[in-house]
Amino acid sequence: MTSNKRRVFLKGSLAAGTVGVAVGAGLLAPSKLLAAFPADVFETRGYEDALEAALGTTEMEEGDIEITAPEIAENGMVVPVTVETGMSDVSEMALFVVENGSPLTSKYILGAGAVPMFATRIKMGESSDVVATVKSNGSWYKASREVKVTIGGCGG
Amino acid sequence: MSIRIRAAERDGIVTVRALMTHPMETGTAKDSAGNLIPPHHIQTVLAESEGNTVMTAYWNVTISRNPFFQFQFEGSSGDNLKLSWTDNKGESDSVETTVG
Repeated sequence: MTSNKRRVFLKGSLAAGTVGVAVGAGLLAPSKLLAAFPADVFETRGYEDALEAALGTTEMEEGDIEITAPEIAENGMVVPVTVETGMSDVSEMALFVVENGSPLTSKYILGAGAVPMFATRIKMGESSDVVATVKSNGSWYKASREVKVTIGGCGG
Repeated sequence: MSIRIRAAERDGIVTVRALMTHPMETGTAKDSAGNLIPPHHIQTVLAESEGNTVMTAYWNVTISRNPFFQFQFEGSSGDNLKLSWTDNKGESDSVETTVG
């Protein structure tokens, strides 16, 4: 068992050299550890189908989730959104724009010591509910907030 | 391509703010000749500190051009932090910094 692992490690590090050392020291990300990007999930059209594809469920209780976003977005190309939650044992978070062609904007996998929050800027094709989902203690919860988009508007 | 990053610790929580240079093309926009511009977008963002993956983000084409990303994790001033991304064309970029 031990010698097998060692053999595999040595085999892998022969060609890798200093890269192998850097991986061992945690300085580099071995790309094998990265889960494949779920392209089909992101291309899923329609809000309900996107929920099902991304989370495996469409039935969720309202959670203690705070979405910070403008009531009126002057520019739908750049809408700042912050999501934070006081819920416990959060392992994943995701952000949907109900009226976007492909509603799932992003999904987040929280690692060791991660605080359950993120902020980014998203594109919105039109006024829509923005839905944040949080996986807490193994179950998904949601919250939503309406954002009005003024295409070419002056923000009034 | 470049990544601008700031990581600062306060009361045991590190706040990271990053700005990545990337076109984030949706695939539905047209160029001046009327041809569709192919999709070109960051798919995965990975943040590692002191040998641990602290955050993995998967992004759609609907994250804005030149993406902004803020997140937090439990850490200390002086910790190392590496942020890297890969896009749908297999291009990538990364930056390393020290938590201030």
